[in-house]
Amino acid sequence: MKKFLSLILILAMLLPTMALAEDYAGEIVIGIYEPASGPNGAGGKQETLGIYYANYVAPTVELSDGVYKVKLVEVDNQSSNDKAPSAAQQLVSEGSSIVLGSYGSGVSIAAADIFDAGGVVAIGISCTNPQVTLGNPLYYRICYLDPFQGTVLANFAKDEFNATKAYTLAQLGNDYDVGLAHYFSKAFEELGGEVKGEEFPLGTSDFTAYLTSAVNSGAEVIFAPTSTEFASQIITQAAANGITIPILAGDTWDSSVILKAAEGTDLSISVSTFFDEGDTGAAAAEFVKGFKAWLNDNPEKLANNGGNDIVAAVSALGYDGYMVALEALKLADSGDRDDIADTVAEVTYEGVTGFIAFDENGDAKRDQAFIIKSDNETASWKFVKVQSVSDISK
Amino acid sequence: MYDFINANLPYLLAGISVGGQYALIAIGYTMVYGILRLINFAHGDVFTAAAYAMVYMNATLPLYISLPLTIIFTVVLGYTVERVAYKPLRSAPRMSIMISAIGVSYLLQNLMWYITGGLAQQYPTIPWISNTVTILTATTKMVTLITPVLTLVLVLLLVQLINHTKIGMAMRAVSKDFETSRLMGIKIDNVISVTFVIGSFLAAIGSMLYFTNYTAVTPTSGAMPGLKAFVAAVFGGIGSIPGAVIGAFIIGIAENIIKAVGLTTFSDAFTFALLIFVLIFKPTGLFGEVTHEKV
Repeated sequence: MKKFLSLILILAMLLPTMALAEDYAGEIVIGIYEPASGPNGAGGKQETLGIYYANYVAPTVELSDGVYKVKLVEVDNQSSNDKAPSAAQQLVSEGSSIVLGSYGSGVSIAAADIFDAGGVVAIGISCTNPQVTLGNPLYYRICYLDPFQGTVLANFAKDEFNATKAYTLAQLGNDYDVGLAHYFSKAFEELGGEVKGEEFPLGTSDFTAYLTSAVNSGAEVIFAPTSTEFASQIITQAAANGITIPILAGDTWDSSVILKAAEGTDLSISVSTFFDEGDTGAAAAEFVKGFKAWLNDNPEKLANNGGNDIVAAVSALGYDGYMVALEALKLADSGDRDDIADTVAEVTYEGVTGFIAFDENGDAKRDQAFIIKSDNETASWKFVKVQSVSDISK
Repeated sequence: MYDFINANLPYLLAGISVGGQYALIAIGYTMVYGILRLINFAHGDVFTAAAYAMVYMNATLPLYISLPLTIIFTVVLGYTVERVAYKPLRSAPRMSIMISAIGVSYLLQNLMWYITGGLAQQYPTIPWISNTVTILTATTKMVTLITPVLTLVLVLLLVQLINHTKIGMAMRAVSKDFETSRLMGIKIDNVISVTFVIGSFLAAIGSMLYFTNYTAVTPTSGAMPGLKAFVAAVFGGIGSIPGAVIGAFIIGIAENIIKAVGLTTFSDAFTFALLIFVLIFKPTGLFGEVTHEKV
């Protein structure tokens, strides 16, 4: 009797694995190269959530020789340029067919050589610095670039606030911050404005002196494209010091961290981003609805999103990134790294953040950015306008 | 003139406030050094741990319980670090204890990283001291004004304790001569424990003031203030409590003046350049006692 029972037990345990083996032709690994800790950890987690949601919606990919199961492998690059290469190496060693990420341009630039050496195609999701794809043939990206974003924001500062003097604040040695502040200044000066720029070292927590300098310089807008960790410090201290100058920032600030810090204050915070939660297009609306339901089903995921179900633009981009990776697999019709590298440039995809196609550098051809403004009473973002390149006198 | 004050008052206020917070940490460094001749590198991380304790306790407990509990937690942590990592090495060469201190510092940092996931946490709002006040035309938080006052009160109390109580006398004796005071029947271990308890208590208070101003808590957010407080302790003369306090205020204010004149990139570099200068030209600092070699 005992023997019979154990036989049944063994069979019961074997059954699911056999079922799996019957359903799928194999497994394809997609690497997730994102920060889960450090200054960019909060944003990295939101981007990762978008990827996981996409995997939940589309867990398999159909190639000509059968249906493959997609397995996600995640590493934490700790938002740190010196820890990035070993995290990237881990993804290469674990057999990733294609890699997604990262949030934060610095770590993407630091990992580009590793992915190149491993022959793995990487798709940048929200890394906006031009250096990510420039000279890195295997690095592609699906978001817009900083020269564009900087120009958009400079124009916005001019049009919306009639600003002629601006103050920029960036983290010393951070590729994203410094790059975006540079492009903003360049565009703002071309529009006839004046810019005073300052940089703060990593580990700074006292921003009072910088904010005082901004006030003393007579700036009419403050442009602070920093990571969210510093952003919340800047916002709380600006509120404590009674600063009334409007604050502008790039895509990193589109995060509930910012809304939480600004809640109940009188600050005016405007941000350019990739996606608007209130977008009424069918694909976008369906994504927002599905993503929110998926988040609310699981307290851990909700906590990773910052404890609420506000959809960050990077989650939407993360979703699109995964879908673009699936398109790349389908186009190559294999999970082989070389096959993917040969065909990925041809991929096109109609995503929730807009139409995606790559140019000769591997950058997405994007010509519009959303501008949103924080509503400090309800702690939510209010849509201001869509700014496209054609609106800007180049 | 009025414009000049208006423009520069915020820098000065920030400098005094951050100086007071450095002072509370620096006392912990300087007292431990005075007695054990040990630079307790883990002190900055005890400071961070106090902030995390507050964040987590305040999530479930009311403020009037979480505040004292945070102080108790920090004191126990400081005491435990001493018992576990330094006491067994009491007769070992001084270098071994220092290496142990560096080890504890990294252990605490990584533990906090592991437990909290490494994301910035928002420090809870402590009522009243988080209120905003306006002085002349500068707006700031109440804590900016309270910090220097509270620091001075605590330091005066501490000086009274050291000069006029039995345990204070024992501390002075131990710092003068370790071996002889042991021969005279002073329980060295108790004195050292009390030193760590006082140092951690002040670090806990310092952490409440510091993070009320700068509200993001990360596993490494205590490292920089810890290092600067250490520089302040050396600058004031390591081992001297008034020296540490004055050194801390000078560094806090100087840092902000440097930012005011537009050299923001160099504000940290200044602090550490100062450390090198002091070590070269006046190794005993402003108030440090000159030790004579006894034959």
